[in-house]
Amino acid sequence: MSALSRLTVSETKLFFREPLSVFFALGFPPLLLVIFGLIPAFREPDKALGGLRVLDLYAPIVVAMAITMFSLSNLPQAFATYRDKGILRRMRTTPVKPAVMLGAQLLMSTLLSVAVMVLLLAIGLVAFDVSLPRQLLGYLVGFLLCTLSMLAIGLLVASLAPSGKGAGAIGSVLFFPFLFFAGMWSPRETMSEVLRRISDFTPLGAGVQSLGDAAAGHWPQLLHIAVMTGWTIVAGGLAARYFRWE
Amino acid sequence: MAIIEVDNLVKRYGDHAAVNGVSFAVEQGEIFGILGPNGAGKTTTVECVEGLRTPTGGDIRVCGLDPRRDTRELRQLLGAQLQESELPDKIKVSEAMELHSSFYREPADWRELIETLHLTDKINSQFRKLSGGQKQRLSIALALVGNPRVAVLDELTTGLDPQARRDAWDLIEAIRDRGVTIVLVTHFMEEAERLCDRLALIDAGRLVALDTPAGLVAKVDDRQRVRFRPSAPIDHALLVALPEVISVERAGSQLVVTGTGNLLLAVTTVLARNQVVAGDLRVEQTSLDDAFVALTGRTIDA
Repeated sequence: MSALSRLTVSETKLFFREPLSVFFALGFPPLLLVIFGLIPAFREPDKALGGLRVLDLYAPIVVAMAITMFSLSNLPQAFATYRDKGILRRMRTTPVKPAVMLGAQLLMSTLLSVAVMVLLLAIGLVAFDVSLPRQLLGYLVGFLLCTLSMLAIGLLVASLAPSGKGAGAIGSVLFFPFLFFAGMWSPRETMSEVLRRISDFTPLGAGVQSLGDAAAGHWPQLLHIAVMTGWTIVAGGLAARYFRWE
Repeated sequence: MAIIEVDNLVKRYGDHAAVNGVSFAVEQGEIFGILGPNGAGKTTTVECVEGLRTPTGGDIRVCGLDPRRDTRELRQLLGAQLQESELPDKIKVSEAMELHSSFYREPADWRELIETLHLTDKINSQFRKLSGGQKQRLSIALALVGNPRVAVLDELTTGLDPQARRDAWDLIEAIRDRGVTIVLVTHFMEEAERLCDRLALIDAGRLVALDTPAGLVAKVDDRQRVRFRPSAPIDHALLVALPEVISVERAGSQLVVTGTGNLLLAVTTVLARNQVVAGDLRVEQTSLDDAFVALTGRTIDA
């Protein structure tokens, strides 16, 4: 096994020893989907939504929420804490570069996000008759781009935050506006024209629309792919620019 | 041949020179101490040796390697224990050891290392549950798990209670006996005196002196004082006549004899010959503390 895979295994083990993080990142999004699914009105097809149910709109939003849990809450806090505690500094004295630790964190977040996404698709399909994405490849592309852009933003938070606690705080402050534009409180379909236009340019707004489009059988729109790629490059670049190992 | 060579090392931060022309060589198999007050440039010096900082000037060789250019190879040969460097709260001792040993080409047997460091009963404990001393020992174990030729231990015993500190000293000697060259950064005189074969005294970024602990003391002052309460009056002239004796003074009921060389033997021999018993006999020597004050003009804690 390479150092990256060993560190990823080790970091994943450590992640599972934090019950609160496990609950919010792995348990909460599926729970939310189940709660939405149990609301009768959410299961009624709505002509205003082109025959879709509210639940169908929320399926991709809950997936976006799962991505957000990992990227804005776990990643920045874990990484800034590792910096505070000199864990990254210690790694600099070993043959394995601290960048590999960063890689392990990103890999773990991506893999666990994929696992939650699969779980959400399965729950939707089995319990609430939410059909699987008709454009599966498009769905995966949208999902990965959305995850990448959000992880890049999470790294930027970790880079700019003065401490582990600070990173946690910034992450939670960003959490709500990001999810707002994802449509958590009012799905994009019900947003005003202006809000939806803004949402188009946020990573989660673009992500949710891409997932929704792929679920309906279309490829994600070029605009949304460009937006997510743009966020990945800009936030990732800034994170690399301001990153501190100690 | 020297295993570490530092030649005219300079490290500047803006206008401030943290290290200003320090040179020394560490011989294979010795415990080499770097002693000095806080902020003297000790840590900066060893961090340049470890390849964690880029020197502004000067030349460093560790096992023939340049720490900046040959960093990859250096990481295999040099183990470092850093100040204030923790582990994730919930990692277990065994997991940390296993993970770190997997980083190296020829790792040591980590279970044996843990045994040597008296951590075997903590093998399944999480890092956050360990005491300060146990964390330090784990930190040493991690520095040694790659089977390094050189181990740099920075302020190893800071924050430990006296017993844990003595245990750590025994341990360092045990590590040296395994053939590892040790560079020990410290600001504890007692630690330096007890452990180090040679000492580099650093103050304000400069090397003030480099010698064995005894050599440092002798360099400053090799005078000793013998203090005792004579059981019967003794003629001072008998003592002053000894070549070892410089002066004899009376302090209350006590005599204070100042001199050099094997003063104690010379004085007690004269006393015995004259049937005088020395009560409350005490020998006072110049300590490393005194030497530090003499060499730098201030105490180490100032």
